[in-house]
Amino acid sequence: MKIAIASGKGGTGKTTLSTNLAALLAEKEQVVLVDLDVEEPNSGLFISGELKHTEKKYKMIPEWDPTHCNLCGICQEVCNFNAVLKMGKNIMVFPELCHGCYACSELCPKNSLPMKEREMGELKAFKKGNLSFVESKLVIGEEQAVPLIKQTIDYVDSNFSEDTIKLYDSPPGTSCPVIEATKHTDFVILITETTPFGFHDLKLAVETIRELGKDFGVVINRYGIGDDSVETYCREEGIPVIGRIPNDRAVAEIYSKGELLYPRLPFIKKELEKIAAHVADIRKELSV
Amino acid sequence: MKEIVVISGKGGTGKTSITASFSVLGGKDLIVADCDVDAADMHLLLEPDFSSDEDFYSGELAEIDQAGCIQCGKCAEVCRFDAIPVVDGTYVVDPLSCEGCGYCARVCPENVITNHVNLVGNLYISNIKTGTKMVHAKLGIGNENSGKLVAQVKNEAKSLAEKENKDAILVDGSPGVGCPVVSSLSGATFVVLVTEPTVSGLHDLIRVHELVKKFKIKSGCIINKADINPDQVGKIKEFLEKEDIILVTEIPYDENFTKAMTLGKTIVEHDDKLGGLIKEAWKNIVKLA
Repeated sequence: MKIAIASGKGGTGKTTLSTNLAALLAEKEQVVLVDLDVEEPNSGLFISGELKHTEKKYKMIPEWDPTHCNLCGICQEVCNFNAVLKMGKNIMVFPELCHGCYACSELCPKNSLPMKEREMGELKAFKKGNLSFVESKLVIGEEQAVPLIKQTIDYVDSNFSEDTIKLYDSPPGTSCPVIEATKHTDFVILITETTPFGFHDLKLAVETIRELGKDFGVVINRYGIGDDSVETYCREEGIPVIGRIPNDRAVAEIYSKGELLYPRLPFIKKELEKIAAHVADIRKELSV
Repeated sequence: MKEIVVISGKGGTGKTSITASFSVLGGKDLIVADCDVDAADMHLLLEPDFSSDEDFYSGELAEIDQAGCIQCGKCAEVCRFDAIPVVDGTYVVDPLSCEGCGYCARVCPENVITNHVNLVGNLYISNIKTGTKMVHAKLGIGNENSGKLVAQVKNEAKSLAEKENKDAILVDGSPGVGCPVVSSLSGATFVVLVTEPTVSGLHDLIRVHELVKKFKIKSGCIINKADINPDQVGKIKEFLEKEDIILVTEIPYDENFTKAMTLGKTIVEHDDKLGGLIKEAWKNIVKLA
């Protein structure tokens, strides 16, 4: 079963929920936690384990080989991203702008733009007991997160069995990176807080997940602070609220040290168990 | 003209609350830009009137004219984004996966694939409660051109500031280290990094600073929620010193931030003690920028 943990607004507790839920579920079953927030991955700060595997991740971009080039300019013409330019007697490639569509390379009549690997990030896999952890980090200066997210999901798909629970700690927002991280999952948990910012961004996230046609539930973090707008909204929209994590300064303090919450805070464990029970119900329903 | 950009790497550090406070303090001298277009929130505190609304188009999307399609599948074969799946026996474009590269249209033997411009969101210019204008945007669901929309928001803000003879633009930047934040940073004269003393706050600060360094922009740091972990504050300060980043101020953990937000107010309008710290910080930033 694949579950994404997402939110519109950043800092609402995605990583807190992902790491704690993964560790709790792993007390009984095989779990892999995957950090897909490749721009700023944080889950690894809370999960320890033995490093099992490291690999560099590459995206493919064209590189000009002038040997047979007749400067026909087709490459420039077919690139919709202005990533290939003909300048005088040279062909220039701008790797940050390239989306890796291969059009210039494959439509070149002289094969003068072969695709080459360019490092965009690094993937690491860890394991401790039942809990595996996979993270990828985008190289600073690389602008596109989506290709790395895609390759990380592919790695997890081919290295973990069907019956392993897969938890995806997703990037924030509502644009392409979060779509990529959630589109192949069975269930999405949206985590929010009951503040005007949290509520506003939750509505955006709900729109996104509905657009994808995914089954989802909401976890309210910092419950008790702010107002009851989130709760009212979920009731009116028929969205299940599957957990409520109380607002407590102790949570912020334990989190700040990079420690898991539930071993120390029983009220957190109780809420996580509710969420885990909901996940188990959905798993039965879908038989995944 | 000064261009002050507030970013944080990590979400939830108080970036937007602090930026909105700066908007109140800077008042009419500023043009404000909300470049966190993915989850724009600053309008919730600054009461924009959405007086000007413009569609924003960027990039392209492929569309297959099913009437003329012979189902040869060449389009799907060349697509590197798995954006042309077979649904009920016909090739269709998945708009959420299509990157608009146009390769499919170029290889279609029947010429039935066209690219049309993609509506990615809306761009607004509003009058706000501080007596000035704010440029902001709403990105359509699942769109990937947020970097371009960010750039557009900033350009509008700059030209407005020039037209109205303002001293500076103040930008609420995007999270992360990818394309939207790169667009937020380009052209900045000063960067304010908002962080919190947590392991993840520091981790993300280090990464986003690496990006800021590439742009060679002067930067200052605000440590929010500073009293939740003194050890971690120490580590952040060490890092700031090593990297020559100015420590602008430290703000204690205070639920009044949330209370003010619930009332639709910035913290400087709600709490004199916290407000005083932010006022002091803003004065310094204006001097440094």
